Amino acid sequence: MIATGLSALWSHWRRNPLQLFTLVAGLALATALWSGVQAVNSEARASYDAAAATLGEGQYDQLLPKAGEDIAQETFIALRRAGWLVGPVIEGQIGAAGAQVRLVGIDPLTAPGGLGPVAGGSIALPDFLEDRPVFANAATAAKLEGFIDAPIVVEPSIAPDTAITDVFVAQRVLDAQGSLSRLIVATEQPMGRPPLERIAPALTRRPAQGGSDVGRLTDSFHLNLTAFGLLSFAVGIFIVHGAIGLAFEQRRGMVRTLRALGMPLRSLIALMAAELLVLALIGGAIGVCLGYLVAASLLPDVAATLKGLYGAQVSGTLQLRPAWWLSGLAISVLGTGIAATGALASVARMPLLASARPRAWATSRGVMRQVQMTASIGLLGLAGILAAFGNGLVMGFGLLACLLIGAALALPLLLDGALRLAASLARGVTAQWFWADTRQQLSGLSLALMALLLAMAANVGVSTMVSSFRLTFTGFLDQRLASELYVSTESIEQARALEAFAATRTSEVLPLLSVESELAGLPAELYGARIGATYRENWSLLASSPQVWDLVAAGDAVLVNEQLARRAGIWVGDALTVAPETTLPIAGVFGDYGNPIGQAIVSEPLFAQLHPQVRATRFGLRTDDAGSLRVALTAEFGLPAQSITDQAQIKAFSLGVFERTFTVTAALNVLTLTVAGFAIFMSLLTLAGMRVPQLAPAWALGMTRRRLGQLELIRAVVLAALTAACALPLGLALAWVLLTVVNVEAFGWRLPMYVFPRDYAVLGLFALGAAVLAAAWPARKMSRTPPADLLKVFANER
Amino acid sequence: MLLHVTDLKKSYAGADEFIPVLRGIDMEVTSGETMALTGESGSGKSTLLHLIGGLDTADSGSIVMNGQDISSMDDAGRAAVRRHSVGIIFQQFNLIPSLDVSANIAFQARLAGVYNSAKADELAAALGLGDQLRKYPEQLSGGQQQRVAIARALAAKPRLILADEPTGNLDEATAAEVMAQMLALVAQTGAALVMVTHSPRLAGQMGRQLHLSKGLLA
Amino acid sequence: MNVKATLFAAFLALAAPLPATAQGFGGLGSAADEAFAVPTPAPTFDFPADHGAHPEYRIEWWYLTANMTGPDGTAYGLQWTLFRSALAPFETDGWDSPQIWFGNAAVTTPAAHYTSERFARGGTGQAGVTAAPFEAWIDEWHMRGETFDVLNLRAAGPQFSYDIALTAQGPLVFHGDDGFSVKSEQGQASYYYSQPFFDLSGTLSLPEGDVAVAGTAWLDREWSSQPLASDQTGWDWFSISFDAGEKLMGFRLRQSDGSYYTSGTWIMPDGQTTALPNGSFDAEPLESVDVGGREVPVRWQLRVPDFDVDVTVAAINPQSWMEMAVPYWEGPVTVSGNRKGIGYLEMTGYD
Repeated sequence: MIATGLSALWSHWRRNPLQLFTLVAGLALATALWSGVQAVNSEARASYDAAAATLGEGQYDQLLPKAGEDIAQETFIALRRAGWLVGPVIEGQIGAAGAQVRLVGIDPLTAPGGLGPVAGGSIALPDFLEDRPVFANAATAAKLEGFIDAPIVVEPSIAPDTAITDVFVAQRVLDAQGSLSRLIVATEQPMGRPPLERIAPALTRRPAQGGSDVGRLTDSFHLNLTAFGLLSFAVGIFIVHGAIGLAFEQRRGMVRTLRALGMPLRSLIALMAAELLVLALIGGAIGVCLGYLVAASLLPDVAATLKGLYGAQVSGTLQLRPAWWLSGLAISVLGTGIAATGALASVARMPLLASARPRAWATSRGVMRQVQMTASIGLLGLAGILAAFGNGLVMGFGLLACLLIGAALALPLLLDGALRLAASLARGVTAQWFWADTRQQLSGLSLALMALLLAMAANVGVSTMVSSFRLTFTGFLDQRLASELYVSTESIEQARALEAFAATRTSEVLPLLSVESELAGLPAELYGARIGATYRENWSLLASSPQVWDLVAAGDAVLVNEQLARRAGIWVGDALTVAPETTLPIAGVFGDYGNPIGQAIVSEPLFAQLHPQVRATRFGLRTDDAGSLRVALTAEFGLPAQSITDQAQIKAFSLGVFERTFTVTAALNVLTLTVAGFAIFMSLLTLAGMRVPQLAPAWALGMTRRRLGQLELIRAVVLAALTAACALPLGLALAWVLLTVVNVEAFGWRLPMYVFPRDYAVLGLFALGAAVLAAAWPARKMSRTPPADLLKVFANER
Repeated sequence: MLLHVTDLKKSYAGADEFIPVLRGIDMEVTSGETMALTGESGSGKSTLLHLIGGLDTADSGSIVMNGQDISSMDDAGRAAVRRHSVGIIFQQFNLIPSLDVSANIAFQARLAGVYNSAKADELAAALGLGDQLRKYPEQLSGGQQQRVAIARALAAKPRLILADEPTGNLDEATAAEVMAQMLALVAQTGAALVMVTHSPRLAGQMGRQLHLSKGLLA
Repeated sequence: MNVKATLFAAFLALAAPLPATAQGFGGLGSAADEAFAVPTPAPTFDFPADHGAHPEYRIEWWYLTANMTGPDGTAYGLQWTLFRSALAPFETDGWDSPQIWFGNAAVTTPAAHYTSERFARGGTGQAGVTAAPFEAWIDEWHMRGETFDVLNLRAAGPQFSYDIALTAQGPLVFHGDDGFSVKSEQGQASYYYSQPFFDLSGTLSLPEGDVAVAGTAWLDREWSSQPLASDQTGWDWFSISFDAGEKLMGFRLRQSDGSYYTSGTWIMPDGQTTALPNGSFDAEPLESVDVGGREVPVRWQLRVPDFDVDVTVAAINPQSWMEMAVPYWEGPVTVSGNRKGIGYLEMTGYD
C-alpha cells in the first residue's frame, strides 16, 4: 500500500514538473541565501583566526625591540635560558618590486601552540626541519618563483602575500643571520622567571590584541551580516512556505480520492511528510552548493574588508566546512517542517467529503483572516512593547523578529483593503472585474508578496544602517584623527624635548593624557585634553550646553562619551565625580564609535592637578605639511620612524573598509531581491494553470486573450507597487531598530539615522522590475491559452 | 447478510440549528442483489451512501457489513473498509488526474493488495477502454472517465458497489451504454450494487427499490 | 634504559624515514642508516667525553629518576630527562642543526603528578650537553657539575619547580655485556650505563608550597641508532633499590605476538653487576587501573629466581601519566614481598 500511495503522490510531480521545480528551487534558494551569508560570516571569522594563529598576532603577547628593527638571536637564547618561553619570528619582504611577499620565518619547536602549517598537520615536524619548505598560497607561490631556493609548498590557508618557512631559511633568504624580528610569548610560563627588564631590557612586551579598537568595528560589520542572515532566513521561510502551501493546495483532490479509496489518513500524512523530507534534503543540498558559490563570489570583498580592519591579511579562499552543510540542510528541513506543519494539519483536518477545490481560490476571509489579523496586531504590539521597555541584545533581535513577522502577516490584509478601495472606486466593468479578480488572487500570492516585503524591507533597513554608519563614522574619523601625525616618545624627558621641538613647527601639539579610572561606578578612562582650535572646530557633540568648550577649558566642566552617558544614565547637566572630591557638571556628550568603554575628558591643567604623576609621552601634531614635519622629526630630532604614525593613512584605510562593506551589502541586497522575485514568478506560474476556469468567463464575455495577458502583467505591477509602499516604512522601522536598539545593546552607542530617498526610489524601481520580469512569462502563457482549453471549462462543469 | 443498517441517524450543522438528514434508517442488503435508492434532492440518499461506504460517520445507529460494525470504527478502520469491502463510483469522476488510465484502474486493487493485471485488462476491455490505457483522465470524454471509475471499483473485487448517480453527468445515449456495461459487470462479479439515482427507468432495472423521503425510508 | 627507546621510535616515526627495523643487525647497511654510527659489542668508554653528546648516533638520553621523602615522611618522585634525536649524524652551529632536543620533567606526589616538556634545536645554544665540566641543559632546566659525581639539577613547569643536589655514593654500572645492551632477539642494541648510587637533597616547589626532600636518584645514560624491533609494541621498565643495598634494573619488551623479551642487571652494593639474560627476569602485571581512559598495570609481581627475588611492586600514585608529545606512564613505586625497597616504574605502549 505504501508503494502504491507513494507512486500516486509522486505521479503528481511527474505530471507537474514545474511545481516540483518550484518547490525544490524555493528550498534551494532559501537555503542558499542563508548558508551563503553564514558562510561569508563564519569564513571571515575563521580566516581571521587562522591568520592570527599563523602570524601569532592577536592571540599571544609579543616581545618587540624598543628601538630599531632587530632582536639579536643571543637575546632569544638568553630569554629561553632564563625560563621565558618565547618563540622567534624573523620577517622581511622579498620578491619583485610591486609583487613583494612577506616572508615569515618561525621555529616550530618553540612556537607557542605550534604555529603555522606545522600545527595544521599538513606536514610532519621532522619533514619540516629536514626539507625546510616554504609555505604559501598559490598566488604567493608564483610571486616567490625565482626568489627563493627552498622547495615551495602550496597551502591555501596561508594569508595572501605571506610565506611561512623555517627560521633558518628565512634568515638566509633575508640575509639576516643571527637576527630576529619579534618573539611570541607562550601563554603558559614556568614558575620562577626573572622579569623581562633583567634579561632583555631592550625589548618591550606588547599585549595580545584581544579587544582592540578596530575589533569593535569588525564586530559591527559581523553584526550587520548576522542581521542579514536572520532576514534572509525569514525571506527563505516565506518562500518555502509558499512553495509547500501551493503544492498541498494542488493535491487536495488527490488526497481526498486516495482516502476515499481506502488509504488511511495516518499513512497518507506519513508518506507526505517523508516525501517532503526527501525534497527538503535535495533542495537543501542544492542550496548549500549555491550558497557556496554566493559566498565564494563575495568572500574576496569580505577578506579585503577584514584586511583593512586588521591590517592583517586574511585568506580569501573558501573552505567547505561540514558545519555549513549540516546547518544548511538543517535550515532546509526545519523551514520545510515549519511550512509543512500547517499544510499537513489542514490535510489531517480536511473532512473526507469537503470540496476538493483548491483553497487558493477562496478569498481568505472569516476565521483565517481573524487569526491573521490578531496575530499581526499581537506581534506588532509586542514589538512596540519591546522597543519601549526591552533590554539586551536578544530582546533587540526579538523586537526585529516581531516587527518583521507582524508586518508580513499584516500585508495581505492591507493589500486587500487597498484593492477593495480600488474596486469601489472603479467604474468600468473591466476595471471592476480586474480589481475583484486581483483580490481573489491575493491569497495565492500573499506568501510570495510577504517574501518580497521582507526582502525590500531588509534592503532598506540594512542599507540605511550601513550608510548611516558610514556618514557617522567619516565624521567621527575627521574629529578623532584630526592630528596629521601621531608620535610616541620613550621617556618624559624626550617628551618635553619633543614638545619644545614641535612648538614652532606645528600649529598645535595635542598631548595624549589618560588614566584608567572608575567613573559613575563603571570602568572608564579619564582623558586630559589641551582645548584649542582642534577641539573647538572639529568636535561635534551629540548634546552640549552653551559655551561648552570654555567651561571645559576652564576646568569647570567635563565631557563624557556616549557609552558612559548611556550606561550610567547621565546626560548634559548632570554631575560626574571625576576624582575623589572633584565633581563637575557634564557640559557635553560626544560620540565614540571605536571604543568599548566609557571615557571622560577634562582640561589638561585639571588633569595635571588630579594626576600629577601622569605625563604625556604620546602626542598628536597638527601641521599643514606632514611630510616635512615627519622628515624633521626623524632626521633632526632623531625619533625612530616607527614612533610616528601617519593618521591620513589610517583614515584612508578605515574609509576603504566601509567602501568594501558597501560592496558586500549591495551584493546581498540584489541577491535577496532576486530570490523574492523568483518567489513571485513561481507563484504566478503555479497559479496560471489554475486560473483558466476563472479567466474563461471573462474571455467568453468578450475580452481578448491578449488583454487578459496584459491585465495579468498590470496585476503583478500593482501588487508589487503596493508591497513596496508597505516595505518602505517597514524598512525604516527595521533600520531604526538596528541603529537605536541593537547597536546600543551590542556596542553602547546609538548611530544617528539618516535617510536616503534616492536609494529607496532605485530599490522600488528594481522591485517593480523584478515583478514585471516575474509576471512576463505567466502572462504570455495566459495570452496564448488555446480557446479549446477555455471552452473545456464549460464542457466539464465541476 | 452483506449489510445490515439499523436506526441510522445523521444531521448537519446549519446556520442556527442541526438539520436532520437521516432520521432512522433500517435496511438490509444481501449478497449479489441490486438496489436503487431514490428520492428527491436533499432526501438523504447520498448521505446514506456515504455512511455505508465509510466516508462519513453517523450520529447514531449501526452499519454492519460482513459482520463488522462500521459505525464504531475509527478512521483507519473505515479506510480499510473502503479499500477492501466497497467500490465507490461517484457522479464526479474522482479519477487521479496525474495517473494514466491503467494506473487509475489498478489503484484501489493495489491499495487493497488484490491487484490482478489480467483481471484489470479484462475489465478495461469489457468497458471498451483497451485503447485508452496510456491516456490521462483529462484526455478522456466524460463517458470514458466514468467507465474508468467503474473498472477501478470492480478491479478491487469488493462485495458491495456503491454508485452515486454514476451516469448523471452523461448524455442519455452514453448513460444507457455505461449503465448497461456496469450492470453486466456487477452481475458477473456477483457483487451487490446500491445505486443512488433519480431516474425511475434506471431504478426499474434494479432488483429492489428503496425510496427516501425527508430522511426516512418510505 | 626505558621509555626512551619507544619515545624516540614514536617521535621519529612521526615522519622520519626510519627503515623497518625488523631485519636487525643484518639490515644496518641500508642506505638511510648508513650515515649513523651503530653500537658494536665490547665497547670501550672514554670518560668524561662519553658523558657528553654523540651526534653521530640517532638517539641518546640523560635520564634521571629519584625517590624522595619530605619532612613528614611523604613519598615523592621526580624525573628529569633530556632526549636527543638526530635527523642526520652531525651537528652544526646554527638553525640548520639536525639535532633535536626535548626535555621532560615531572614531580609525583601520592595525590598529584605535575609534568612539563620543552623542545629545542641544536646549534643555537638553547639545549645541549657538554662533558667537562658536565652540563646537560634545555632552556633554564639543567643538570650540571664539575664532575659527573656531584650534580645540581633544576627544572620548572607552570605548577612546579625543583632544585636538587646529587652526590654519587658508588661507581658507574654497565648493563648487558660491559655496556653493550641487547634489546631484542634480532640483535637491536644500545650503549647503556647508569649511575644508580646518587644521594639527593633539595627543594620541591609545589602549588601547596616548598618541600625539603632527601632521597636517592638513578641516572641512566644510553645511546643508539636502532631503538626497538618493529614487532615490539611496548615496554615495562623497573629500577629498584632494595633496603639491603642491592639494586635491580629489569625490563620487559612486549612483542606483538604476546611474548616478551626480558633483560636486566643485578647490582651489588659495591657496584658489581650480573647481567640477567632473556627469561631470567620476569614481570607479571597484577592489577590495572583506568588512567584517562587507558588500562595501565600499576601493580606488578617481579621474580628473579637466581637472586631469590619475588616481590610486589606498586605505584605510589597510579595516575602518573606523562601527557607529553609522546605520552607514557612513569612514577615512583614501593616494593614489598621477600625483599623491601623503592624504585621507579616506566611503561610505554599503553596509550
